[in-house]
Amino acid sequence: MTAAKSLLAADAHTRRRNAAETRFRAYGLAAVLVGIGALVLLLTTILGNGAGAFRQTYITIPVTLNADRLDPAGNRDPAEMATVTTFGYAPMLAQALQQHLQAQGIAMEGIGPRDLMAIISQEAPAQIRAMVLQNPDLLDRTLELEMLAGGRIDGYFKGRVTLQSAERDANVSPAQLVLAQAMADAGMIETRFNWAFLTGSDASGQRPEAAGLGVAILGSLYMMLVVLVLALPIGVAAAVYLEEFAPKNRLTDVIEVNISNLAAVPSIVFGILGLAIFINFAGLPQSAPVVGGLVLTLMTLPTIIIATRAALRAVPPSIRAAALGLGASKMQSVFHHVLPLAAPGILTGTIIGLAQALGETAPLLLIGMVAFVRDFPAAPPEGLFDPASALPVQVYNWTQRADPAFVERAAGATLVLLGLLVTMNLIAVMLRRRFERRW
Amino acid sequence: MPLIWIFAAVLSLGVLGYFLGRARAIASASGDIRILHSLPSYYGTNAFLAATVPALLVMVLWLMIQPGVISGRVAMMLETGAENADLVQADLRRLAQGIDRAVATGEISATAARALDAETTDIRALLAESGAALGTGVTPETLAAAQRIRALTRSAGLAMAGVVVALSGLGLALALKATTRDFRARNAVERAVLALLILASSIAILTTVGIVLSMVTETLDFFALYPWRDFFFGLEWIPSFEGGSDLGLLPLLWGTLYITFIALLVAVPVGLFAAIYMAEYAGRRFRSVAKPAIEVLAGIPTIVYGLFALVTVGPMLRDYFAAPLGLGTSAASVMTAGLVMGIMLIPFVSSLSDDIINAVPQSLRDGSYGLGATQSETVKQVILPAALPGIVGAILLAASRAIGETMIVVMGAGAAARLSLNPFEAMTTVTVKIVGQLTGDTDFSSPEALVAFALGLTLFAITLGLNILALYIVRRYREQYE
Repeated sequence: MTAAKSLLAADAHTRRRNAAETRFRAYGLAAVLVGIGALVLLLTTILGNGAGAFRQTYITIPVTLNADRLDPAGNRDPAEMATVTTFGYAPMLAQALQQHLQAQGIAMEGIGPRDLMAIISQEAPAQIRAMVLQNPDLLDRTLELEMLAGGRIDGYFKGRVTLQSAERDANVSPAQLVLAQAMADAGMIETRFNWAFLTGSDASGQRPEAAGLGVAILGSLYMMLVVLVLALPIGVAAAVYLEEFAPKNRLTDVIEVNISNLAAVPSIVFGILGLAIFINFAGLPQSAPVVGGLVLTLMTLPTIIIATRAALRAVPPSIRAAALGLGASKMQSVFHHVLPLAAPGILTGTIIGLAQALGETAPLLLIGMVAFVRDFPAAPPEGLFDPASALPVQVYNWTQRADPAFVERAAGATLVLLGLLVTMNLIAVMLRRRFERRW
Repeated sequence: MPLIWIFAAVLSLGVLGYFLGRARAIASASGDIRILHSLPSYYGTNAFLAATVPALLVMVLWLMIQPGVISGRVAMMLETGAENADLVQADLRRLAQGIDRAVATGEISATAARALDAETTDIRALLAESGAALGTGVTPETLAAAQRIRALTRSAGLAMAGVVVALSGLGLALALKATTRDFRARNAVERAVLALLILASSIAILTTVGIVLSMVTETLDFFALYPWRDFFFGLEWIPSFEGGSDLGLLPLLWGTLYITFIALLVAVPVGLFAAIYMAEYAGRRFRSVAKPAIEVLAGIPTIVYGLFALVTVGPMLRDYFAAPLGLGTSAASVMTAGLVMGIMLIPFVSSLSDDIINAVPQSLRDGSYGLGATQSETVKQVILPAALPGIVGAILLAASRAIGETMIVVMGAGAAARLSLNPFEAMTTVTVKIVGQLTGDTDFSSPEALVAFALGLTLFAITLGLNILALYIVRRYREQYE
């Protein structure tokens, strides 16, 4: 037998147990912190990578729109002027830039004409061509034109490209960056907020500076429209039936098991379904928002059904009993009393379902939404059948391009996506706070 | 768009029916609605439903059947082998749509479109201008077939418009005829509404049936072209579009399971410890901040995790671990995808486990404390055993989610099918290959495209099996405390 111990002094065994207790607690805290840390790291890297996409570098120089070159026929007919391609405009811009730099007395050491042209985006001639074709009266005038700077120059002013990295880069030389800095000091180059990123359409792989999200945002919006119009009524109807009317039998059991299973089916399987049924069998067009909307509807239905059933269950039976007692039919009690009281819960569930659908990517890849789409879809309902992109797919698309400037665009698009999701979830939370009723 | 017009016509007939039915009911009661069986609006609704629902159902059915029937009629015109019939049909459909679009945009007139001649005009170039890209050249035979499709589609569209509107009118007339003061309009409307509700809930079943059917038929086609033994037991995945591909499932399955294993290795300890801390130790204020913060991870779209893997985690692992250790030079690797997927799964494990731990009754804890156990001993020896079935269920659900996850592995795991143990090497998964084989222009009669459906079915079966197993374990071993 051991000697009598004091209760006040901890012995070795107790100390060990207490140490184990502290350790265990520390593991738990560490796990929580790892989770939160992962979230913070994720958001900060996306923010760090993507914030630049919302700012863009522009060059403003006076350009003389030479009529001899841009309108050889001389009759100011846009149809004939359209025969002059962007290759007719590019040398004019290079010349204008060179003249302006000489006039300003900015040295162009080690810069050939090609290097000079590379400071301006390849998109700029196309923009100016479109402007001239729209308004031929601009010809033969000297205008202060604002153009996009090239992707690397843009990167330099955002800190993505440095003099050191330019030495290893085949697409930009340090001399160009020095010149760009001199132009910025002279007030020719300016970096400011980039609306075109939110409203413009996608651009080809060589012009990251011109790529915008407009088509993708519109495509996502169309798909959400389809999901809302289809999934909300169908989901609510199914939930009302299962919760209020369905007899307990085999069939309803099968339906219930089915719905909970559908909620756990991998999203890519819905993409295969969409490809096989909607595109190959029903012959709907590829890349169309209507197909994406249909696929996302099927994915969102279980979410809406489950949320609606929970909301219906939360309405106390006394409401139903009172309605029936006053002579309402079962159908009247549900549609006149129970459903309106469950509406806030249904709405919250619907918004959360829509938010899920908005971020879904994999099924959309299979139904052809990865295609390069520059043209905006028309207004609905016809526009639902036009090719379009979607926000998450656009992110994926940009990550697959070679130019590293597209990573910035992809992260920027992700920020837009996350912003929309946060807004939708905040609305859901506010609705719940505002209308939640405790019975 | 004529479809919109048919829809609008049916809808306006319905609205007309509502007011006519209501007026007729009130008239039959000579203005005294107390004599009516139902409220006047029910008579109106009855007429509305009779005019719209059958007509719209017929329209939807017609639209679903029409393409198949037309393809069948046209297929008889063309002498093509069975193996690329689908491809030819898709091309024909695209040609017909292209001509239609050219007419719609005013590229050519409707009469000129009917008189098109494949010998004299370059139809491909013509249609390319209006934005329709054709796979193969246009021969006189295919042009004739495409013209036939256009003619059939047009006449079918007219016939459908006629039938649907006539049906709508018929329904309206019948409903109005039945509208008298003794007609039980409310019962009729409620029966119809109930039928619609049942129809809506059967869509869930239809979806499952659609998923299974679409994948099973294509998978059978695949196994007709490629032996199933080689698919399930093949060790090589070398697709080549000239034929003679090796399409073995095992390397893909290995990559999938390896990544899932690493993801669970991250998610299970972190998620479980986080759940224990939040349920047993954390104060209310800490909990009210930390729990939603971790659950935000579940609401982030997977494409964002994919971008995170591609831009941050992949290069970091390569530069600080793989390259110095000489294990690999690829940013895309099993480790990258597994780590990021593990982060994604933390909230699944933690919030499910949290609920389960909270469901363990307080009396068990009190009993344990009363016997002198510390808090951690209580957790380890009382609460976790009691909550074990639920936690296992949560882990299985997380595994099923990891196996079916697509975007993270597409962007983080790589595309090379490999059977290797090195976690810093790029490997590929079932989902990556489904995306790879089905994106872009695909020939749906080749085994290289059809294999995606077999992969999809395999994936569906595995995840379904895991989900059912998880539910079974939770139900079978759940402790009843009341």
